[in-house]
Amino acid sequence: MNALTGALLTMAILGLIFSLFLVLAYKKLKVEEDPRIHEIVEILPGANCGGCGYPGCSAYAEAVVRGEAPPNLCAPGGQEVAEAISKLLGLEIATMEKKVAKLMCRGSIENAVRRAEYTGIETCRVADATLKGDKACVYGCLGFGDCVRSCPFDAMYMGEEGLPHIIEEKCTGCGICVETCPRDILELVPIERKVFVFCKNIERGAVARKYCKAACIACGLCVKAAPEGTMKMENNLAVIIDWKSVDEHAEEIIAKCPTKAIKLDEKFAEVEV
Amino acid sequence: MNKFTFRGGVHPPYNKITSNKKIEALPLPEVLYVPLSQHAGKPAKPLVKRGDVVKKGQKIGEADGFISANIHAPTSGKVKSIMEHPHPVFLENVPTVIIEADGDDTWFDGYGERKDWQERTREEIINDVKEAGIVGLGGAAFPSHVKLSPPPEKKIDTVIINGAECEPYLTADDRLMQERPEDMLWGARLIKRAVGAEKVYIAIEDNKPKAINSIQDALREFDDIELRVVKTKYPEGAEKQLIKALTGREVPRGGLPMDVGCLVHNAGTSIAIYEAVRFGKPLIERVLTLSGSGAQGKGNYLVRIGTQFSYIVGKTGGTSGDIKKVIMGGPMMGISQYSLDVPVIKGTSGILLFTSKEVKFHEPYPCIRCSRCVSVCPMGLLPLILVDLVKYGRLEIAKEQYGLLDCIECGSCAYICPSHIPHVQWIKYGKSELRRKK
Ligand code: SF4
Ligand code: SF4
Ligand code: SF4
Repeated sequence: MNALTGALLTMAILGLIFSLFLVLAYKKLKVEEDPRIHEIVEILPGANCGGCGYPGCSAYAEAVVRGEAPPNLCAPGGQEVAEAISKLLGLEIATMEKKVAKLMCRGSIENAVRRAEYTGIETCRVADATLKGDKACVYGCLGFGDCVRSCPFDAMYMGEEGLPHIIEEKCTGCGICVETCPRDILELVPIERKVFVFCKNIERGAVARKYCKAACIACGLCVKAAPEGTMKMENNLAVIIDWKSVDEHAEEIIAKCPTKAIKLDEKFAEVEV
Repeated sequence: MNKFTFRGGVHPPYNKITSNKKIEALPLPEVLYVPLSQHAGKPAKPLVKRGDVVKKGQKIGEADGFISANIHAPTSGKVKSIMEHPHPVFLENVPTVIIEADGDDTWFDGYGERKDWQERTREEIINDVKEAGIVGLGGAAFPSHVKLSPPPEKKIDTVIINGAECEPYLTADDRLMQERPEDMLWGARLIKRAVGAEKVYIAIEDNKPKAINSIQDALREFDDIELRVVKTKYPEGAEKQLIKALTGREVPRGGLPMDVGCLVHNAGTSIAIYEAVRFGKPLIERVLTLSGSGAQGKGNYLVRIGTQFSYIVGKTGGTSGDIKKVIMGGPMMGISQYSLDVPVIKGTSGILLFTSKEVKFHEPYPCIRCSRCVSVCPMGLLPLILVDLVKYGRLEIAKEQYGLLDCIECGSCAYICPSHIPHVQWIKYGKSELRRKK
């Protein structure tokens, strides 16, 4: 009898001491997690694409709350999310330009000259690092679709002509494909922009022309046709400096190009040309 | 005779069809394409411009830094232009000096036999080699003067002249050893003096009895040099494997032969060094093997640096059959070419024209964990694991724990794999991703 109460008493006292200890430890070591972090995570789309430069949505949320990142880095969320975050944190309403990825190469199966048959590992990154693929132009699209596979939003597909396509309604502008492509030919551009130089080959015009029907051959005619200072020639390529003004003069400029390397993006071309 | 070897390796069909073909000098082409980068390290800086008249052997590109090499005009003539031209290693267009030959082939003033060549001192030898723009002629094209000047704390006691030529088809070194053994041994002696070594070995695989005989005969005059016959096995001629076979020493991970007191030079390089010291002759020509079932004129040819592959093929009777693959170098470690319009560079040990007889492409299958790749890897690596790690982006683990950077890209694993897995392409890709990240 005695032994039983003794044991029970000991257990009870021990339990009391430990629970006291736990309560104290909880009070002392408690980390205040800012509730706003959780709220921002709720606002974010939760794609965990990493396009903002942080390893996932919650890491970005933390950074925003700590004031280390601006509220408008989430491309998939767009303007809406940027506004919601700004409001929550009491910041000035941040704006966000809607951007989409665009392929700056028209080296399709039809346009680009093939210099060999490639039988190696069929990914763009491996091909670029080892044998440089099968096209004569080593600046253009390799066509193995690494970008398509990398897109977390299913916004890309390989076209029959051998080039990747971007579905602009689905593209959030996260930039993952831009990072993936070994050739730096995918770029994020404002969605309303119309005219582009679809070529990245920096070789002399005569060489580029031999390699691809759609190459910029560095003739400089477009630069002459464009308003002063809105375009320039650099590394054997035409470069658009002021896209808004070039878009306004689109027709005069692109009419000059002998290879149609500079032209309206297809989605505008259908309506306007 | 005691035969030396290493652990691992494979036995591909050797196909040394041209071993009995005498070295033949090809006539001079009208135009030569001399790339400014033909070596490991930084490209040379051009010293000439369009329209300049150059003499044979005149320096036209200056080494840029220590790990780089001079470039010389392969013949006399005029610089037509300096522009981008296809290159057999970079597989894209790179700056190249294009020279129109005047047909006279007149030497520059510095060429001629030196009276004191046998007594040249160590500094003079190293300087001669550096001036002559000599690089390893086996293929890797590492500047030779760099190898000859190790830091003072690395004492070199053993020089190995590599006449193993373990790559199938290639016979250029084999022929040089048959035809010019004394020149090669003199080169070996000069290298020995340059680094102050005690021992010199000439290593030859036992499938080259003629070269072995010829060297043995010549050795009567050279009692300071020893012949070592090594087993015929690929990659016997790889630097680290050869050192292990002959001396039992193992080059540490990430280290160089000098870390174990060794220096390896290729047989052809040894002759080039001899010529540079005796005549002040720059590296403007080399011997290469033209072979493969698609080549009409299979043989060993002495050609100027800058000669287009297409010229060599044309001058030797052209092609036969449907060419499926062109390789510069040997079939195991050589580089596939996109066109014959690329020039011979210092590291071009061979041109192989393959038809469907030699080229078979197999779809890769999943790895069956047979571990054959592991047992043949001369570096003791686990190729199957390396492939998976690279494929899934675990590059740090591949490097730190599985020795990705130790792979010598010999191709033994890909050769033996029953599932036809392209290990070496994955490994090369992994290495390049690591470099990109740095
Ligand atoms: S855009 Fe880049 S990643 Fe996409 S298929 Fe072309 S080369 Fe590959
Ligand atoms: S040899 Fe090929 S199939 Fe066998 S373990 Fe190695 S990778 Fe796998
Ligand atoms: S892993 Fe590298 S060193 Fe080993 S067999 Fe393969 S290519 Fe050769």
